Amino acid sequence: MGMDGKALLEVRGLRREFGGVVAVDGVDLVAYEGETISVIGPNGAGKTTLFNLISGLDQPDAGEICLDGRPITGLPPEVLAARGLARTFQHGRVFGNLSVLDNVLIGAHTRQSAYRLRAPVVGMAAELLLALIQLPAWRAEQRRLREEALEVLALFGDRLLPRADQPAYSLSYANRRRTEIARALALRPRILLLDEPTAGMNPTETAELLEFIRALKQQGLTILLIEHKLSLVMQLSDRVIVMDDGRKIAEGRPEDVRDDPQVIEAYLGHGRRDPEVTDWKVQSEDRKLH
Amino acid sequence: MLSLEGVETFYGPLQVHFGVSLRVEPGEIVCLLGGNASGKSTTMKVILGLVKPRAGRVVFDGRPISGLPTPEIIRRGIGSVPESRRIFPDMTVRENLLMGAYTRRDRDEVRRDYERMLELFPRLRQRLNQRGGVLSGGEQQMLAMARALMGRPKLLCMDEPTMGLSPLFVDRVLELIRRVNQQGVTVFMVEQNANLALQIAHRGYVLQNGHIVLEGAAGELLGSPEVRDAYLGGGDGR
Amino acid sequence: MPDFALRTLGDQLINGLVIGNVYALIAIGLALIFGVANLINFAHGSVYMVGAYVGWVAVMWLGWPLAPTFVAVAVVCAALGVLIERFGLRHLQSQARIAPLLATIGISFALDQLVQIIFSPNPQAFSSPLPATRIALGGVSIGALDLLIAAITFAVAAVLFGFLRFTRLGWALRATAQDREAAQQMGVDVDGINALTFAVASVLGGIGGVMIGMYFTSVYPTMSYGAMLKGFAANLLGGLGSVPGAVVGGLLLGLIETFGVALLGSTYRNLFTFVILIGVLVLRPTGLFGARRALPPEPLTGTFVASSRPVRIPAWLVGAALVAAILLPFIATDPYLLQILTSAWLFGMLALSITLVTGAAGQMSLGQAGFLAIGGYASALLTMRLGLPVEASLLLGAVLAAALGTLLTWPVFRLRSQYVALATLGIGEVINQIILNWEDLTNGPLGLSNIPPLTFLGLPITQNVPIYWAALAVLAIAALFQWRLMQSHLGRTWRAMREDDVAARAFGISLNRYKALAFIASGLVAGLSGAFTAHMYSYINNETFAATTSILGLTMVILGGMGNLAGAVVGAIALTALPEVFRPLADARYLIYGIVLLLLVRFRPQGLLGTV
Repeated sequence: MGMDGKALLEVRGLRREFGGVVAVDGVDLVAYEGETISVIGPNGAGKTTLFNLISGLDQPDAGEICLDGRPITGLPPEVLAARGLARTFQHGRVFGNLSVLDNVLIGAHTRQSAYRLRAPVVGMAAELLLALIQLPAWRAEQRRLREEALEVLALFGDRLLPRADQPAYSLSYANRRRTEIARALALRPRILLLDEPTAGMNPTETAELLEFIRALKQQGLTILLIEHKLSLVMQLSDRVIVMDDGRKIAEGRPEDVRDDPQVIEAYLGHGRRDPEVTDWKVQSEDRKLH
Repeated sequence: MLSLEGVETFYGPLQVHFGVSLRVEPGEIVCLLGGNASGKSTTMKVILGLVKPRAGRVVFDGRPISGLPTPEIIRRGIGSVPESRRIFPDMTVRENLLMGAYTRRDRDEVRRDYERMLELFPRLRQRLNQRGGVLSGGEQQMLAMARALMGRPKLLCMDEPTMGLSPLFVDRVLELIRRVNQQGVTVFMVEQNANLALQIAHRGYVLQNGHIVLEGAAGELLGSPEVRDAYLGGGDGR
Repeated sequence: MPDFALRTLGDQLINGLVIGNVYALIAIGLALIFGVANLINFAHGSVYMVGAYVGWVAVMWLGWPLAPTFVAVAVVCAALGVLIERFGLRHLQSQARIAPLLATIGISFALDQLVQIIFSPNPQAFSSPLPATRIALGGVSIGALDLLIAAITFAVAAVLFGFLRFTRLGWALRATAQDREAAQQMGVDVDGINALTFAVASVLGGIGGVMIGMYFTSVYPTMSYGAMLKGFAANLLGGLGSVPGAVVGGLLLGLIETFGVALLGSTYRNLFTFVILIGVLVLRPTGLFGARRALPPEPLTGTFVASSRPVRIPAWLVGAALVAAILLPFIATDPYLLQILTSAWLFGMLALSITLVTGAAGQMSLGQAGFLAIGGYASALLTMRLGLPVEASLLLGAVLAAALGTLLTWPVFRLRSQYVALATLGIGEVINQIILNWEDLTNGPLGLSNIPPLTFLGLPITQNVPIYWAALAVLAIAALFQWRLMQSHLGRTWRAMREDDVAARAFGISLNRYKALAFIASGLVAGLSGAFTAHMYSYINNETFAATTSILGLTMVILGGMGNLAGAVVGAIALTALPEVFRPLADARYLIYGIVLLLLVRFRPQGLLGTV
């Protein structure tokens, strides 16, 4: 694993501004096949914006993104999903009134034969007819996807499977997060973006999810992870990228990054390096203003 | 002056606070520290009545205020400097300042306070007729502080006052907080930037995943390994 | 005659400005409410109409002079505004914006019908107590009323400006509009400010109503609807929520309309409004001048869907109900009952079509009557002009409704939540206006008569009972069609898109495609219903499928439960039959619909059978 593999995702000089505030400022990132990379940093560092840019939900002002060597900058999320990019969301976005099973089946949306009917008008008419007539082949496909979805749910032990037919809004917070991950896995992703998957989970649930992600990693899935529980990051990541104020301030092996004074400062704050100098600055500014 | 007693809050199914208790004595600067998603900002919302706790209570000036509507809490003497300032973008600086005195009826005193604020924040004087939305981040932070002080609060609550400011303005804002405190206003601030906040605070609390994990005098907390761990080592989920 | 041309040009200008003044007043009110409450207030037109009637009562019944009349209008409308806010909307503040929007639709139904019950639906003559003399001024003649309207508008605008700029409450109102939570933290009682905003806006609307009543010398209950749409158009033109924009937008709309009517004829009057409404929403949603402001962001789910588990209806129950419905004519022979139920079956199809597009796919459509109209006209014309058999024309009508309707709705796909509601309402009206004005094809306001009757295998169906069965059969087919779709991956995809369009996109769901599919499928069903109606009645005109029909259908859907097929049919039966069962209530049916809608939104948003 690591550098000797093939570069799956390449991000170069990515930049995104929101009304004068630079949320992501010239970020470079390479993910090799099979790697798990964590993106960490304090609130407002630009981590989620970075995920939104990579997954196509937001368009960069500058920079380039390549998936599997092909440029994907500016492509909409619905196209990226079909190319094998799946993600979860920071606060969890399950489809509340859909059953858990249906949520996971939406994850397999791009794998249905209907998805391949791309022609503008004819394709739509064909999809409508397909849904109406429900040929045996279509039924078989739906049955297969359903069984697969149940298998994905089974990965979470008895957390989700017994609740497969319940609406997602009735789930506990942790189970909603699990449903989201199950939905992403049903896409059969080549790369999985997890945005704070353990937020709101208690220690037991967090430990359980850690093992779950570790298993995914061992199956060779490429994972990009935003996470603020650093011990989890330390245990899972091959590489860690630290962001602060939209910039990448450090990158490296987890244990190196952890002891990097720059990283500690980013988290704990910069403090005042030299009180005397700054006092003078304050005074001089006062004089200017009067 | 202010105390939280065993506060528990939820956002839908997600529990944010697990029995949070803290105290602010008159004349103090107290900071509440914590890393990402620790529940800091929600604590501020609970004090201001924007989020109702499911259990526990908030006591201000000897009387419980949890459950009161926000305007009533403000009227009882709490001034708020919200996270990311929340200046009224299409009102002038002058109008923004006077909105801070919305609950007050003593016109002459308001006028005097208005002048005092312009002395304390001289930069605002040059911008009086500009729209709040065109101010720089640092200027907005000063305006937000001045606006809150226009209500003559007994307690000034500040949510992330240094967030997104340039280093020069960060120092200036901290200096102003100290000066305001010296003039008799008690300050409670929520900050991510522990090193900064502890330089001006008297005492601090560290919040982690909805639990108060550490409290003490600012001098003890500053540079202590426990604070560092609370920020960096949150992996055990607590 | 250049002099004559100049005179009419000048007169038109005055005309346009005077009407524009009133539009500006209405638009200012809408802008204030949109700014403070982030709500498109569909009840605003009704407040305007109530204002007009209060003025009419004061002048024509009580013989009051103008000054006390205006005071009375202001007082009544202010009180009405506060009541609407306090009891209709306040508890809906934390919900998706579409919930209070639906509540304002309910309120507007109720108010319109109340006025109709009290004062009759007929227009009442309203002559202003001002002298009728006109002053000639450089080739332009100006009447006393023109001057009064201009003076009052300017006075009101000046007072409003002063209030917003110089008073404590005015500041609080602006602060609340700009940042509600920050205003709260300054100690502003934002609920009180909300009520105040509704009061102020309603006063402006009411004064506008009196002046328009005097200007066109009549008042009538349905004047509310057009005024509301004009207010929206003016408001959008100047930028939603912007008060100065509302003034400019109102004047512009008045001028465009007046000159447009002078050029093309009076039946085109409303077309301009709707074209502006849709054009601005789609092409320049920030308005002509609002470069800085964007449309305020909508919450994650912009639609009106409550979490609930739908009531499961076993297949045998559906079968039993169908058999009972088929056998009913043998037991109950009352022709009136059969007519009511036939109408319920046709409304059931409309409700089915709405529950697909609005319930399942989450696109709040208020223009579904447009699909009915296309289906009805298409099928009628195909049989009358091309001699097609009715069986074929019904199907072709449905296909045309689906195709044309979806094509017309396409530009709306980029909008979300309450803007979809506004835009689809506009599209429904545009369809209506095209029918009204394309006289060569549609016979204009005279409508199409002698439409061939329904046939089955070539045999005409003209008796009550066979028509009843035919309608029931068509409804059953439509329900089966939709059930099939909802069981397929399409149903799942639509519902996912409704629940969270961002997450749906992230999983490969192309929103435009599935919105289009939803409108096509729902257009087929609605078009079939419209076509059936045309042949059943043998006469249709542009009013057969009025905008109120769309909203009535939506109420049925909410009553039954969003996305719930059985619920749509139950809702249709309930709302069609109930006013008939309680005969004395039949005249007040829209009052009932309005109240039902208001109560549902507040107390049972998941409807009787639950959201699917």
